[in-house]
Amino acid sequence: MWYYICLMKRIYFDHASTTPVDPRVLEAMRPYFSELFGNPSSVLIEEGAEPRKALDEARLKVGRLLNAEADEIIFTASATESNNLAIKGLALANRNRGNRILFSDIEHYSVMNQADFLKSLGFEVDYVRVDPYGLVDMEDLERKAKPGTLLVSVMMANLEIGTIEPIREIGLLLKSRGILLHSDGAGACGQIPVDVRDLPVDSMTVSAHQFYGPKGAAALYLKKGVPLRPVMQGGYQEMGYRAGTENVPAIVGLGEASRIAAEEMALRVENLTALGRRLWGGIEKEIDYLHFTGHPTRRLPGHVSFWIEFVEGESLLLWLNLNGIASVSGSACASNVLAADETGLKASHVLTAVGVPPEICHGSIAFSLGPENTEAEVDFTLSTLPEIVGKLREMSPLYRKTLL
Amino acid sequence: MAQGPYSEKVMDHFMHPRNMGEIEDPSGVGEVGNPACGDVMRLYLKIENDTIIDAKFKTFGCGAAIASSSMTTELIKGKSIDEALAISNEAVAEALGGLPPAKQHCSVLAEEALQAALEDYKKKQQEGK
Repeated sequence: MWYYICLMKRIYFDHASTTPVDPRVLEAMRPYFSELFGNPSSVLIEEGAEPRKALDEARLKVGRLLNAEADEIIFTASATESNNLAIKGLALANRNRGNRILFSDIEHYSVMNQADFLKSLGFEVDYVRVDPYGLVDMEDLERKAKPGTLLVSVMMANLEIGTIEPIREIGLLLKSRGILLHSDGAGACGQIPVDVRDLPVDSMTVSAHQFYGPKGAAALYLKKGVPLRPVMQGGYQEMGYRAGTENVPAIVGLGEASRIAAEEMALRVENLTALGRRLWGGIEKEIDYLHFTGHPTRRLPGHVSFWIEFVEGESLLLWLNLNGIASVSGSACASNVLAADETGLKASHVLTAVGVPPEICHGSIAFSLGPENTEAEVDFTLSTLPEIVGKLREMSPLYRKTLL
Repeated sequence: MAQGPYSEKVMDHFMHPRNMGEIEDPSGVGEVGNPACGDVMRLYLKIENDTIIDAKFKTFGCGAAIASSSMTTELIKGKSIDEALAISNEAVAEALGGLPPAKQHCSVLAEEALQAALEDYKKKQQEGK
């Protein structure tokens, strides 16, 4: 059968979900498991010295990636943890500034799902709209960032629709009003240039596994002088902001991934932009009743997202997978297949926020390319997709009905 | 081959749906679901002498929805109307080697499509008399 032939080599177009660890990163991590295993807080004994040095080195490398000072980098275990530390930590330490917190409508769950907890602490949470391209609606932000607002959280780039937010513009507005800005940079740091000296952000999340580092390592940039209250109580690691013995090998990996990203970024961005355009243009040519999501130009390089009418996203995703192509869908059906019951199935809040009708989120797919992808892989995908779409439409009772 | 939460049977029916298509001049047609909740299933029946001699479907939906539709057509072909009415969504799910809990509703949709199609058949019969 034709689709088994293609199973030989996988085409990984799902870098927005996670990326493989770069072999150079793995090499850098290796000694810190069994040889240089010491506790980096055990500074007075020999075993602790090398791990401590490795942490300092990693902090410098992550700092360089963001143009931050090393002591502005706090290591955590995940982007989710960084977002929690930033938002709860800034909110609790800066109550004198106000009681209102704003999230953009397209934040990640690790931001969005903090709302109930923040409300239980007495904070007020409100949401800022985005336009149909997913860009924060500046007028809505101006209106909602009223006196009494202490913190706004807007992501740097959205991994579902690829849109890069105008963080500089947002930060300048908030700065003029004395409001703090946290930005979830999980989708951006290590992939596109991020300069915290240029961007008026108070904190920024970095996630290692989004750019060829290991899972279980992340960081929070915290601007010098901005008060932050730790949310986990324990020892005095990470300048007192994040208790718990540091995951040294993973952090070393994050550091090395940051070094590589900083060095190779210009080339990666150039190649990925070209590959992404090839895929975008091809899909546009091959598929009718097609709608791209996110901004056409202000987007992550190599990220192509869209929805197709009369095709259900999970079915499309399964067929792509059978053809060796890994992608992701924002369809409700594909959202949480492992949930305990069907109430766990919800169309993506990001897609509904940019105005995609919930029933139509069903046909959504995002491809996110990485530096190991090739033109041949893009072309194979372009030759496969129309066949799958045709097959599923043939099966759909909605297709002919609408066209007649 | 099983894939993630889906059994081998589900994937088999998803990849090779049985009886996909339409029946011209059907004895009964049932369409259930709503695009807003994801799945739309349309079931066509050809009935002669109280027996379902042919069944075909068209479905807009996820893997579980397509597999449930396909399995339902297989289960009901050759059955009498009463036998077909006795086929529950659990029977469809069981024949598929089980469905993930969050996808049980897809088999319910198949059962409802079948009931709607038989309802339509009975209505047509009465109108014909």
